[in-house]
Amino acid sequence: MNDTRDLTNLTVTDALAALRSGELSCTELVRAFLERIERLEPRLHAFITLTPELALRQAAAADRQYTRARKSGESTPPLLGIPLAVKDLLALAGVRCTCGSRILDNFVPPYSATVVQRLLDAGVVVLGKTNTDEFAMGSSTENSAYGVTRNPWNVKHVPGGSSGGSAAAVAARMTPAALGTDTGGSVRQPASFCGVTGLKPTYGRVSRFGLVAYGSSLDTVGVFARTAADVALLFSHMAGFDPRDATSVDFPLPLPCLDGKTNLKDVRIGVPQEYFIEGIQPEVEGAVKAAITHLEKLGAVVLPISLPHTEYALPVYYLIAPAEASANLARYDGVRFGPRVEAENILDLFCNTRGQLFGAEVKRRIMLGTYALSAGYYDAYYGQAQKVRTLIKQDFEKAFELVDVIAAPVAPSTAFKIGEHADDPLAMYLEDIFTLPANLAGVPGLAFPVGFDYQGLPVGMQLMGAPFGEEMLLRLAHVYQQTTTWHLQTPTGVD
Amino acid sequence: MQYEPVIGLEIHAELLTRSKMFCGCPVVDFTQAPPNSAVCPVCAGMPGTLPVVNRQAVELALRVALALQCQIAPVSLFARKNYFYPDLPKGYQISQYEYPLAQHGKLPIQTADGERLIRIRRVHLEEDTGKLTHVIGEKESYSLVDLNRAGVPLLEIVTEPDIHTLEELRAFAEGMRHLLRVLGVNSGDMEKGVIRFEANVSLRTVGSAELGTRVEIKNLNSFRALIRATAYQIEQQMAALQRGETIEQETLGWDDTSEMTFSQRSKEEAHDYRYFPEPDLPPLVVEHAWLERVAASLPELPFARLKRFQTQYGLSAEDAALLIAEYLIADYFEETVQAAPGVAPRMIASWITGELFAWLNQSGERLEEIKVSPAGLGELLRLVAQDEINLNTAKTVLSEMLRTGRTAGQIVAERGLKQISDADQIARWVARVLAENPQELKSYLSGKETLINWFFGQVMRLAGGRADPQQLRQELEKQLQSMKSNSS
Repeated sequence: MNDTRDLTNLTVTDALAALRSGELSCTELVRAFLERIERLEPRLHAFITLTPELALRQAAAADRQYTRARKSGESTPPLLGIPLAVKDLLALAGVRCTCGSRILDNFVPPYSATVVQRLLDAGVVVLGKTNTDEFAMGSSTENSAYGVTRNPWNVKHVPGGSSGGSAAAVAARMTPAALGTDTGGSVRQPASFCGVTGLKPTYGRVSRFGLVAYGSSLDTVGVFARTAADVALLFSHMAGFDPRDATSVDFPLPLPCLDGKTNLKDVRIGVPQEYFIEGIQPEVEGAVKAAITHLEKLGAVVLPISLPHTEYALPVYYLIAPAEASANLARYDGVRFGPRVEAENILDLFCNTRGQLFGAEVKRRIMLGTYALSAGYYDAYYGQAQKVRTLIKQDFEKAFELVDVIAAPVAPSTAFKIGEHADDPLAMYLEDIFTLPANLAGVPGLAFPVGFDYQGLPVGMQLMGAPFGEEMLLRLAHVYQQTTTWHLQTPTGVD
Repeated sequence: MQYEPVIGLEIHAELLTRSKMFCGCPVVDFTQAPPNSAVCPVCAGMPGTLPVVNRQAVELALRVALALQCQIAPVSLFARKNYFYPDLPKGYQISQYEYPLAQHGKLPIQTADGERLIRIRRVHLEEDTGKLTHVIGEKESYSLVDLNRAGVPLLEIVTEPDIHTLEELRAFAEGMRHLLRVLGVNSGDMEKGVIRFEANVSLRTVGSAELGTRVEIKNLNSFRALIRATAYQIEQQMAALQRGETIEQETLGWDDTSEMTFSQRSKEEAHDYRYFPEPDLPPLVVEHAWLERVAASLPELPFARLKRFQTQYGLSAEDAALLIAEYLIADYFEETVQAAPGVAPRMIASWITGELFAWLNQSGERLEEIKVSPAGLGELLRLVAQDEINLNTAKTVLSEMLRTGRTAGQIVAERGLKQISDADQIARWVARVLAENPQELKSYLSGKETLINWFFGQVMRLAGGRADPQQLRQELEKQLQSMKSNSS
């Protein structure tokens, strides 16, 4: 394989097979991706920090390990030599971790996130840290202090957010897979906007240690790839209990979870009426409904269901997430790490550092959250939001007594233009209305491409499952991808 | 109008765990360890790190809660208390708020007026903050942050406002410190700041059930500071009320040098800590079996032991209190009683609080280090009780035992210290002393009767200290009496 353009087309599964057989060296593979990154990065800006030296060093080590193993017959780590991009909200020891914020501009963590470490132990090679809305607060990656990431399908459009850098990098084949985080839709919505497959796991199934907190009770670590099979493979090495995260649960993913069968008999799919509302882009509705019909043809039973408290998800989320964020972001005070804006006294030091180094959206959410927790307002806002959150959770519990999965659009529209919502935070918040409920309920969600709009922008569908039901979601998406070609389309505009 | 003080206390006690509350860092002596030598990314509040509860800290907290007869919550919640300060790495302290570990307890105290119960409102777990050192220089001033203490497990105990006198205040504070030490959860080293008090002080008219406006005094790190600051504040409020002024709700600090309180913030400036449940930690569940295991491991509590020492051993309240102040000493006492069945426990108590305490003071040894076991002391005191040696000899023997570790029996036998009760021998000694001191005898016979004690001393010296003192005195009185009758 000498043509490097072909190598970047490889899925994780294919690349692993080629690496194991010796038909491809890891160094070749990594060089191919690094070259493509070098070529496309000026136009897309998917990365905040690139780690080519680290990647080539890891690749060389992987090649030596493969050579040794081929001689001795010993086994190799399950993902040895697979390139990976990591959202810059997840710590990788020794590499700068900005979280898209000036306030962590020079912060180099001495520790790796548990999920990153697990993948490193499984053999991945890290290409770099991807762009994100500052502290994951945004739906377009426009809130990054390090510039906007562009959608590879149309560079005038956003890639979605907050994991926009990871989604764009996978779509543009700058990496075969990438890690993201999802607090209110930050994996699923950019996956949808960029036409890739993205998983938001059950809350607690993947350790949050080393994930820089935004909304602690909602934060999850997810993964992007070009196929459901790749997502399943990576996810199986991410999940599991972590003694350093008290909210993590011992529930690893059994492998192999995907077989070749395309019969969906016995699978009940619920379609919630509350997710097909006025204002949704007709092509989105059309593509999602067509995908549901496709699954029905493969044997699934489709049932209309109701998630009656869906409309409250947005206000509930924008009370709970900012409230938790207001505390989570209090540690950025310029005292122990990160840049400091000096002052005459400690209060001014705090105020100057935070005032000058946080972006507008972060400040907006800190203020929202501080207000929601204030004496005299707590019961009416945060307390009430927690009660409604329970109702939303119960909606899902009731639904999953009737159906195995819930199918819905990921977002009301396809990728919007850069700057389109710049002056209207509320319009931006509305982008998340279909993804927020899964975070509030703690259930898993999977987004994957099911069509295109008239502009040639991808449309995604979302499958939501019962807690720890990732396997079912991945199986359905895998079957869908075995019988359709949407996921094989690649953006050509950037080349 | 007659006013009475109404005092409530908050006690912060560090727990004697090996590691910190939410991370694996060791708990070090903050007065000794180099600054920031026991710090990790978790207790430094670095991005992405998460807390994990230290089970040993929960266990120690349960010991205290059980000893205070609290109701223990099967499920309690951690909460974030939000405020900015350079010694608080995360910008919030993980504490407990709405759902504490334990509530509704009580601690009995003993004062001159008798026994009283001080109700405990709540007991909860939290983490300590770091320590700031302010450096004021000629050119520049700055503050240094030491995070060794940040994240150390802290127990907060809050009383109801049940304390009404300074005597009760002292009894409660000392009783609490003693309880924490006896339970093995805190060293009680007040000078190292491992127990800190905050006092809420108000006044009300005697007999009224209504509470006055309260003032909170923070940072009271010694019994002296607690008592002085409270006394000072009571005087201030008393004077203000008598002038017809009203009391303003405020938070005060205490200055140890000037012995005055100073205002830290008024009601308007009070912090809004914006408490909310800690999302990084699941609810803290205390299973029944765990609670039972902890309950079974509790020692006898101080108040109960104090009473038992008085009833079972007939000790005075003072002696009992002296003995149980250190449980090792109380145990030593009880073991000695066991080892010396024929010896009155009161006598054992007085030897321990007298001779033994003196030795500990003078030698600097701790009880665990001394060379005399309870059985050894018992053997010695049995010799005294059986009139084998006299008291003076016993003191000499004990001091040799403490120095050399040899037994009472060995020392007495080797040095021939056994008490002499041979009546003829004693009579010969008395006769000899009287014969050898005609001058003194003359004085005595002419009325200076106090000289009898001098003669006693002389005879005892002649006897090498070993004569049975009672017999000696009787013989001396007898011979002197007969000389008196002869000369008259």
